[in-house]
Amino acid sequence: MLELLFLFMIVFAGTGGELCVSRAMKVVGEVHDFRPPALVGFVFRAMRVGWMWIGIGMMTVAFFSLLAMLSMENVSFVVPVTALSYAAGAFGAMLFLHERMSPQRWLGVFIVCVGVTLVWLSRR
Amino acid sequence: MKDSPGLQLKTYILILFMVLFAPLGNVLLSKGMKRVGSAKNWASGELFHVLVSVITSGYIWLGIACLLAFFVAYMLVLTWADYSYVQPASSFSYAVVAMLGYFLLGETVPPLRWIGIFVTCVGVFIVGQTHPRTTERA
Repeated sequence: MLELLFLFMIVFAGTGGELCVSRAMKVVGEVHDFRPPALVGFVFRAMRVGWMWIGIGMMTVAFFSLLAMLSMENVSFVVPVTALSYAAGAFGAMLFLHERMSPQRWLGVFIVCVGVTLVWLSRR
Repeated sequence: MKDSPGLQLKTYILILFMVLFAPLGNVLLSKGMKRVGSAKNWASGELFHVLVSVITSGYIWLGIACLLAFFVAYMLVLTWADYSYVQPASSFSYAVVAMLGYFLLGETVPPLRWIGIFVTCVGVFIVGQTHPRTTERA
């Protein structure tokens, strides 16, 4: 039961956090210069976007939930089942980021979810 | 939208970094947390003891360093590629984490789990055939 609660927090706080970070990155814009000073500037620009901080907060919750779950289960089980976030992420990307989801992408996400279900069923 | 070969190449390189650093970070976190152990109850004293053990564990900090490297690569790739492309494409890391768990931590990985991971990677491959960007640049 506790594992399910932690899994829920990993999936929803993690996906919500990633969507917020993705939105912040779209505000910052595409990176063309990969030299270290330019990358430092890029990080500072990202830190000035509010969505970035909301995303970091949610991902922190997901991170501590992950640590808790890793103390109970094997990493080869925990990490694959968190792929459940693909379904949440696909809906979030479409609704929150207005990305276009082609039928091929939906098919891929569906197959990923089937794979996650099999991993879950392999639990001892 | 048509993607240039340069855009595809830098997308693949950064996803490779993500696929290597995220599993390594998770395996190191797992090793650290197995040493710390899980809280038996949720009393504040025990939680404080667990928290102290977590923040003084070298494995946890190494894991965090790997995950930070993953996160930087992830942030960079998201400046031009779609979230719905990057997220599934990076899930090859599930196969890598199972292999690292098996070889480095000695975990038992049942056949059904390997099948599940393989199916996950097939889904990833299908998503990887779509264009990285479906929205206009900001």
